[in-house]
Parts: sequence; structure tokens; C-alpha cells
Amino acid sequence: MAMAEGQTLSQASDKKPAQETTSPGSTSPEQSWHGIVLQTLKRNDIRLVPYVPDRVLTTLIKNLHADPFFTTFPTAREEEAVGIVSGAWMGGTKGAVLMQTSGFATLANVLASLAIPYQIPLIMFVSERGTLGEFNYGQSLVCRTMRPVLDSLAMEHHTATRLDEFEFIVDRSIKQAITTQAPVALILSPLLTGGKVFDK
Amino acid sequence: MNTQVTPPARNTKVMNRFDLTSRLIAKLKHEEAVVGGIGNTNFDLWAAGHRPQNFYMLGSMGLAFPIALGVALAQPKRRVFALEGDGSLLMQLGSLSTIATLAPKNLTMVVMDNGVYQITGAQPTPGAAVSDIVAIALGSGLANSAWAADEEDFERLIDQSLSASAPTLIGVRIDDKPGVGTTRRDPVQIRERFMHGLGVRQPL
Repeated sequence: MAMAEGQTLSQASDKKPAQETTSPGSTSPEQSWHGIVLQTLKRNDIRLVPYVPDRVLTTLIKNLHADPFFTTFPTAREEEAVGIVSGAWMGGTKGAVLMQTSGFATLANVLASLAIPYQIPLIMFVSERGTLGEFNYGQSLVCRTMRPVLDSLAMEHHTATRLDEFEFIVDRSIKQAITTQAPVALILSPLLTGGKVFDK
Repeated sequence: MNTQVTPPARNTKVMNRFDLTSRLIAKLKHEEAVVGGIGNTNFDLWAAGHRPQNFYMLGSMGLAFPIALGVALAQPKRRVFALEGDGSLLMQLGSLSTIATLAPKNLTMVVMDNGVYQITGAQPTPGAAVSDIVAIALGSGLANSAWAADEEDFERLIDQSLSASAPTLIGVRIDDKPGVGTTRRDPVQIRERFMHGLGVRQPL
């Protein structure tokens, strides 16, 4: 794609084992949650991955940038990323958006006025802040708005907590989103990722 | 979109959205995609004559440029136009930085600037009296950004964008007239027809 220009793409082949301080027990990208995301995106031909970053997503974002299969870049707002992958879908390229809980909270309007009524298979990965050890009160409050918004729009969503179920959830959810032309939110629980803990 | 100093917005001719949109559509001979922003912008796109490569936004204010960017990335050989109002663009100024960074050369953006939210009662936008959209675009890194001085200049800038090596943004000052038509509000059909128009899908 056109915008690979200007990006530094290192070799995907010499990826080191993930140095994921927030994900206990990960030994290689393939066996880690983020490795599963990357491989499952690739297997489903999802190439375009705009994001607004989150600490938990750091290694995934780094590895997406390092893999020339993906076109990945930051956007200023999550809503913007949703617009980009929606346009790309209509143009024949599949995408997914990465964000944090607080970013999801900015999306009600675009979900209700673009993704759902136009039947666009928007695939979202939401790193869950605000629970299981949250240290910022605002994060814990905004987290409580996420599932009620998803439920009020009757949107498919899953909270991934276990590594052994994760590939199944991701792969099946992507396929369902595309075949039913409906958005899906995959919420990455701290139980899966380790989350972000208070370390200043 | 040369290095000349662009004239301030107030020195440009005040034109009409429907007239400019019609002039653009008349130039399209290669199944170029056109994304029309929320409200009057896509109403006038509709009124200028429906074509399968038109996409009409019925919500998600501010996302015409991001949606068009997605189309441009997915189909780098197709020219993609995006039409957006100044009020809408103010909601998503960050997208100009994203587009400047990715720099798809097949994207031409037109900002219809009347300084008001015409459709809600013509209230002024927050920056109407002080902000210069083209200066904002230039500052965002979109070097090919200019105000169109008049209709002829608009057409020249459109033509120039077709062979540009970077994305183009054209600012046009427009009057406060409402859109000429009203888009048929059928989002699924709009999306499906657009995908047919882009060759992504065949009709059932």
C-alpha cells in the first residue's frame, strides 16, 4: 500500500521473544496473547490496523509495525480509525482498530451512525483499563460505560480472559463479523494481558 | 498548489456548493470515488447526479476524510475525492495530520467553508471569524493545500490534483445556501452500491 513509504520496516523474521512486562508467562510471540492477535489477523487477511496506543498494546503495535504484511499507524482519535477501516472495507481491504477502554467511550456516535447502519464489519480490540487493579478513578468509571453501550446497540462483544480460549474467540469473532457484516468488540481483560498496574 | 502565498480566505470569491460539486462531478470520467460529508455536502453530491462511486454519509460527522483515506489506501490506483464542510472538519482536525503522514497521492480533499452550521440554523462555527482552514491544513503537513480563488481556479486545482505526488486539499468559500437535494437515507443500499461502484462486489 501507498503509505508504507516513510515507515521503517524491520525484518519480521528476526522477532525476538516478546518482552512483554505486563503479560506474565509469555515466551514467544506465537504463544502470547499479542502473538495470537497478530497471527489471527494475518490468517484472516486483515492488513490495515490503525490504532490509538495503550501501554498493554505496546508489544503488539511494535510487532505489527515490524511485519510488512500490515499497514499500521496511529490516528489522533479512535473515531478517525473507525472511519479509515470503514472506508478501506468498502474499498476491499480488511482492517481492525486497536484502542483502550477510554477510547471506546468516544465511539457511540460512529457505531450508531456508520458501522452498524451501513453494516460494516468493524473489528475492535479494546485493551481493558478500569478494573482488576485500576489506580485511576476516571478509568474505572469510564470502563463501566463500555458494556452498557455495547449492549444497548446489541453489538457482539467478548471479554477475553484466558490464553487457551483466545485464538478461538479472535478467529471466530473475526469470521462472524465479516460474514454477518456486523461490528465486534474484543475486550482484552487484564486477566489475559496482565493489564497496567500502578508503577508511577 | 505551488509555492505562492495563498490569498486569505476573505479575498476569495464566495461560491456555491452545488455549483462546485456539479463542476467536480462533470470532470469525473474514470470511476473516481467521491465521499460526501454529513448534511448539505452529501445532499449536493446526491443532487449533482447519483453515481455508483459516490458514498453519502448520514452521520458520523467529521469522518469524510478518514473514510476517503481508507478507500484511497485500499485502492491506490483509483482517484478518491472527499467533500467536507468546515464545521465537520473542525471535529476531526487530527485526521489532517494522519493523512499528511500517510500521504496517499490519490486523495483530493475539498473543504466547503461557509463558516456556519447551515443545516442547524446557520449558527457560526467556533473559528469562523478567525481560523483559516487551509493554513491549518498546511500546518498539519499537507503542503498541497490552497484556497480556490473562483470557480475556474477550483477546476484548475482539481485538475492539478489528478497528477499530484501528494494528497491535495482545496478550500472553497461558499454561500450559506442549503443543499439542493436530499439523499435517500438508506445506508445499506448506499454502502452496497458504493462497493459495486468500486468493483469490490457484484450485484446479487
